[in-house]
Amino acid sequence: MKDCEGLIKKVAQKVYSNIHKGNKPSLAFPIRSLSNVKYDPKRGFLQIGKRTKQRTLTVNTAKTFAQTLRMMELSHQLVQTDDIATKREAYYVSKNWDDARFDEQSESDDIMDDVEALFMVNREQIGFVPEEKSGEVAGNLVVVDRDRESGERLEIDCTRFGTGAYSIPISVEELGFKTDADFILAIETAGMFQRLVKHNYWKKANCVLVSMGGVPTRACRRFIRRMAEAKKLPVYVFVDCDPYGIGNIYRTLKVGSGNAAHINEYFCVPKATYLGITPQDIIDYELPVHPLKEVDVKRAKDALKNDPFFKSQRAWKKAIEQLLKLGKRAEQQALAIHGLNYVMEEYLPEKLANPKKFLP
Amino acid sequence: MGKNKTKTPAKSSDAPTALTLSEGLREISISEFFTKNRHLLGFDNPTKALLTSVREAVDNALDACEEADVLPDIDVKIRPSKGEDRYIVSVTDNGPGIVSEQIPKIFGKLLYGSRFHVLKMTRGQQGIGISAAGMYGQLTTGQPIRVRSRISRKHPANYYEIQIDTTRNEPEIVKSHEVEWEVSRGTQVEIELVGKHQRGRRSIEEYLKQTAIVNPHACLRHEAPDGTKMTFERASHDLPDQPREVKPHPHGIELGMLIRMLKDTKAKTLKSFLTTDFSRVSPRMAQAICQNAKLYERARPTRIAKREADSLYKAINETKLMKPPTDCLIPIGEEQILLGLKKEIEADFYVAVTRPPTVYRGNPFQVEVGLAYGGDLVADEPIRLMRFANRVPLLYQQSACAVTRAVGATAWRNYKLSQPKGSLPIGPVILTVHLASVWVPFTSESKEAIAHYESILKEIKLGVQECGRKMASFINKRRRAVEAEKKRTYIEKYIPHIAGSLAGILGLPDKKRDVMLEELREILERSRS
Repeated sequence: MKDCEGLIKKVAQKVYSNIHKGNKPSLAFPIRSLSNVKYDPKRGFLQIGKRTKQRTLTVNTAKTFAQTLRMMELSHQLVQTDDIATKREAYYVSKNWDDARFDEQSESDDIMDDVEALFMVNREQIGFVPEEKSGEVAGNLVVVDRDRESGERLEIDCTRFGTGAYSIPISVEELGFKTDADFILAIETAGMFQRLVKHNYWKKANCVLVSMGGVPTRACRRFIRRMAEAKKLPVYVFVDCDPYGIGNIYRTLKVGSGNAAHINEYFCVPKATYLGITPQDIIDYELPVHPLKEVDVKRAKDALKNDPFFKSQRAWKKAIEQLLKLGKRAEQQALAIHGLNYVMEEYLPEKLANPKKFLP
Repeated sequence: MGKNKTKTPAKSSDAPTALTLSEGLREISISEFFTKNRHLLGFDNPTKALLTSVREAVDNALDACEEADVLPDIDVKIRPSKGEDRYIVSVTDNGPGIVSEQIPKIFGKLLYGSRFHVLKMTRGQQGIGISAAGMYGQLTTGQPIRVRSRISRKHPANYYEIQIDTTRNEPEIVKSHEVEWEVSRGTQVEIELVGKHQRGRRSIEEYLKQTAIVNPHACLRHEAPDGTKMTFERASHDLPDQPREVKPHPHGIELGMLIRMLKDTKAKTLKSFLTTDFSRVSPRMAQAICQNAKLYERARPTRIAKREADSLYKAINETKLMKPPTDCLIPIGEEQILLGLKKEIEADFYVAVTRPPTVYRGNPFQVEVGLAYGGDLVADEPIRLMRFANRVPLLYQQSACAVTRAVGATAWRNYKLSQPKGSLPIGPVILTVHLASVWVPFTSESKEAIAHYESILKEIKLGVQECGRKMASFINKRRRAVEAEKKRTYIEKYIPHIAGSLAGILGLPDKKRDVMLEELREILERSRS
């Protein structure tokens, strides 16, 4: 953990002394976008590049500059008092800032991301926590946590949630894991997750099931990463076969995001591999399909052209090109055409028998 | 054409012969002419007829006052009369008055007094004028035109009621006697007519307002039929100079006019006709013209009129002549236009431009443009365009007018106004365009739109552009001031947050925070310029 209080003070001091010298103060933020990341397969995640944007105080930037400093001040308070604020709460706190308040939460989120990147930390370290649900877990796993008040050790058995599931908490750094599972299966949709839980698939396959519910949150990514590293488990990813499932959900889980590249090192699962559904599966399993929409095609082409991860993987290039050529997409649940439990009885066993064929 | 009409000539005995046809020919009376051509004279409908009558009377009054070197005070009163849509128009001036014997002819004879072959920049050009209004009143109500006039306090006022004998075009005096009149000098005309009183863009009020703008030396009072009164005050005590009469320039006349001049001239030879009846024709030039036309210098003009006018006309136009004199033009002047605009229009910015005189087809003319911007003027509609010819507002046929074309062809975007392609721009602007000329080229006899001569369009555009540039620099200046102010308040809004949050993080005391606030203000003020 970095000394966040010290970091914030240092930046504030620099701004203050610049003002005192009569210079225009300036803050340098790393650019948070896919255009400023590189992918080194040895390190296994999207690394943030060196490009920065300067926010210099001028008449035109006065408002954003003020909001950035207000956000830093709020963060400073949170760190000092060991408190947290959700993104939404931070947005409401800003309503005290008169003309510097935010009108939309998206504006305050953006400034918060800037501040986070400025200090090169994850936002939890400077007191901000996300609102969103992090993901659910079921299967052969015991999570070791502590009671908030007493500090007593708690063992949470993820086999004992019945038809429900364990919710991944926002902060996962202190958790411990106990399991003898063979692998972790990360699933895109809650619907598929439910089917596998309902029929105790984890028991049959001896695995841990994680529902990502779309693009995995940072906590979800970090949870899978820590569990996988602690227990040396392979991570298989099971998503829809479309440019979103591949390019956004899988890519973000495996190598991180462009927007928060400064923390990707810890918030991704480089060892994850892609089980399905692959473009080839569409043909092999004669899956019912939908045509690719314009936005799908654009996303796929963009991945080929601009995404450093896909660009470095020949297998992926071929797979995405195949998908574009097919012009079709298929959902996980399309397997239901062969029977509702076909996925557990035929598809997953067949795929798992040959993990070498997974996409990287 | 009916079906039963064919091209085969009729062979029956009642086929028309020259003899029977000639029985149908007769002199058409002036009233018939008037009735058939009322649209040409501005009496096409009751609304326009009322306005035209007022206009003719006011134009006459202004001309009369100025000729006599008197600052015009003109009262325009419209009273409802008995009967539907009947009004009495009464226009009173403080001009020189008219001597008793002249009154019947001026008011009771059409086309009386029109100046042949001499050009002068006056309001009424064709001289159909006030007697036509009287004729219209007589035709619609049967009432005679009523005139009071007095030439000085020492003389009694005369009162006339005059009818026009419509077959002979001669005045018929119904009544005439001396009368008690509180006015010490001036003329009052009263015409009863069928008309329609309306408000808005083509109303009498609008006509008077526009007249007041380009005649700031006049005081105009108005009383509407419902009794509401309005005064357009005088803003200047400078009378416009009297325009000089000029002879026509040879390049400015048409063939018909040339023939008429040849017939009417007092000159005995072609050469002396050319040198005396025209301007800018020296004996040498006259000689050159005669040579070009292969005509004998000493030929009689009347003979030329019958047979060789055509070749003379061609030769005139092929001969290079000095441009016509332009000192016969009396512009309103930039200063006076500004006075007129300022007194009648609430705005933030005024500008006026008087272009140097120039020439179209041998006729001298001069363009003046005035512009008022901002204030209470409507911002999201097309600009108001006011057109004037020899100080007379043109209220009809805006779209057919050269002024409208030239203004629409001006690139107003350069002057910070939005503009649909080729149309009037959008903005809080009143634009006045005045054309002064000894011969204003109207598109028709109703004198409502100026013809599209290239050199006139060009002059208007140049004047409009100059005003536009000045307006744009005003708009820019004001915008800069507004922006500077906006920036200042913007800075004031946000720097307390910058200083406050830094002080919060660093735990600075209030005093240091306030010093920082001042330092921030200085940094940003500096960065503004």
